[in-house]
Amino acid sequence: MMLDEILKGLFPSGHDVRTSAANIITGAGKRKNGEAIAVIGVANGAALGTAGVLPLAEEVLRVVAKGGGTPILVLVDTQGQLMARRDEMRGLNEYLAHLAKCLLLASQQGHRTIGLEYGKAAAGAFLATALATDRLVGLPGAEPTVMDLPSMSRVTKLPLDTLKQLAKTTPVFAPGLDHLLQMGAVAEIWDLKKPLDEQLEETLRNASSADTRDEQGAQRKGRPMAARVAKQVIAEATGRGGDVASA
Amino acid sequence: MMEDAATSSKASWFQATARQRVAGLLDPHSFTEFLGPSARVQSPHLHLFDLPSAFDDGVVIGRGTLDGKPVLVAAQEGQFMGGTFAEVSGAKMVGLLRAARDHKDLPQTVLLLMDSGGVRLQEANAGELAVAELMRAIVEARCAGVAVIALIGGRAGAFGGAGLTTATCSRVAVSEQGRIAVSGPEVIETNKGVEEFDAEDKALVWSTDGGKNRRLIGGADTFAEDSMEGFRAAAKALMAKVPAFDLKTMQAEQERLATRQKRFGACDDAVSMWRILGIKEPEAIRDMDSKEFAALANNIKEVNHDAR
Amino acid sequence: MMETLKFSHMAKRRLSGTKGQAIIGVVASGNLEVLLERVLPEAACEVEIATPLTGYAETWKAVVAEFVERSSPGGLRISINDGGARPDTVFLRLMQGSALMETE
Repeated sequence: MMLDEILKGLFPSGHDVRTSAANIITGAGKRKNGEAIAVIGVANGAALGTAGVLPLAEEVLRVVAKGGGTPILVLVDTQGQLMARRDEMRGLNEYLAHLAKCLLLASQQGHRTIGLEYGKAAAGAFLATALATDRLVGLPGAEPTVMDLPSMSRVTKLPLDTLKQLAKTTPVFAPGLDHLLQMGAVAEIWDLKKPLDEQLEETLRNASSADTRDEQGAQRKGRPMAARVAKQVIAEATGRGGDVASA
Repeated sequence: MMEDAATSSKASWFQATARQRVAGLLDPHSFTEFLGPSARVQSPHLHLFDLPSAFDDGVVIGRGTLDGKPVLVAAQEGQFMGGTFAEVSGAKMVGLLRAARDHKDLPQTVLLLMDSGGVRLQEANAGELAVAELMRAIVEARCAGVAVIALIGGRAGAFGGAGLTTATCSRVAVSEQGRIAVSGPEVIETNKGVEEFDAEDKALVWSTDGGKNRRLIGGADTFAEDSMEGFRAAAKALMAKVPAFDLKTMQAEQERLATRQKRFGACDDAVSMWRILGIKEPEAIRDMDSKEFAALANNIKEVNHDAR
Repeated sequence: MMETLKFSHMAKRRLSGTKGQAIIGVVASGNLEVLLERVLPEAACEVEIATPLTGYAETWKAVVAEFVERSSPGGLRISINDGGARPDTVFLRLMQGSALMETE
């Protein structure tokens, strides 16, 4: 689905969301209940580098400074972090982490943050945006990827066909919205046949600052161990250790 | 004894295993491990790829003391699957941070001995999620007053998710050998060509991702010697005072990063950045010894900040 | 396919020391990790190996037998995650491991 359509569907009452020449999305939309929601994001599958992070983080901090609990929507269509020597030289890790931290700050300060993945999303840029929100939803057709299978095949030295076969039996490594749903990363996949503004309201209602993605992953059988390992660490650290059977 | 030599105060941090680093960093006999190897909490996925697993999935966690002060510790084993974040290895770190966040009777300082190439590809989705959950847990712990200190100096460096995790911590220590980045040089070369980044050019790699550059541009708060005592001293110094995680800090970081982008946006190499910083002989940085370098970095005002 | 091997022995005597467990080595190419636990009765010794290289059962059997003969690791349950180590590296780690177990 194209960004313009998505914005129309999300904000039938109007919005002032713009995409810059550098594919950086900023603005605000009018929710179904009349209240404003801040909107940031990356469009057109652009890569996110040090320059792109700054206006996004600035917008988040502006919302937090204003107070009042305005929620924030993060629209994501990015091919990943910018692969450039000079951006790395200037500390790209700090920039991407800064954006994530600003979103996490907003959440801690009572602003609900929603990630909406409608295009590509990968690796470092994924961590800085969609995965730093309270609740991440996907539109059918979105393509979240940690690494594409051909690259994975090169790095792991496993034949592409082997990876494709394996991907049929486990959601733990291959790209795909369904896999991320099963892993607990994506809370739900929206229904394009239903009004987007209603789904946004529902998503906001279900969002909270508590991170239960590992529990979701366990329930959906995508991550059988993560939630209980984390719990076991807490139990042992606080002196209430029990038994954790290995899978 | 073999173990003693590898954990003695002058022993190399870079060469050491995760367990050796924990032993060398903390006060002797002070370490209690959580979910140790005999618990056999291993990866449920590696066997699908005919890969061996490790009893601790490559992460050692527990508590101990550093100079008498109670700390929680997580150490990544860079030699096992590149120290990568995966379902179990990631969950161990997430659990540790959540424990510190929620329990005031636990040590309120967490030392993260990072040594990771990023996310374990064989468990890519689980690993990526673990990083996201860890970054969130670190922020929440910091909001609860926990000091989270990243120590970077291992063979795998801190790449990808590990690079982002590092920059989420309250304070960062790095040695000359430590590398911090998002995409590794080889990945950039494969994707963008050798003109963009010649991964074989060691000096270029080092000046881009290496500890000295990170320290000089403010990506690390202290420079450590490559030894157990070097990192001990660094951790001790950083633990003493950490910035609060709040709007003020994030606004200060926004300004710091915007200034850096403006100042160095046109630089083609690290030496040009260092020259702009006011370093008289930037070419001499490379061969400068640790002590002299640390002193030089400590004296550059804008490099030493609370904006993290 | 990963291969699991198990060898049960009766050592000449129980390994000295009181240390309950030790771990040595790292799972990396050409290396292995060895977990030793003093949990078996008397002079019983069990060695369990998980390895990605199949077809070396006889080699493992021989190395383990030599180790048991040399070090008398009675009472130890020894578990190995192998990263593709050569027999001499395996032997070295096993000896390092039992030496560690005797230090306390």
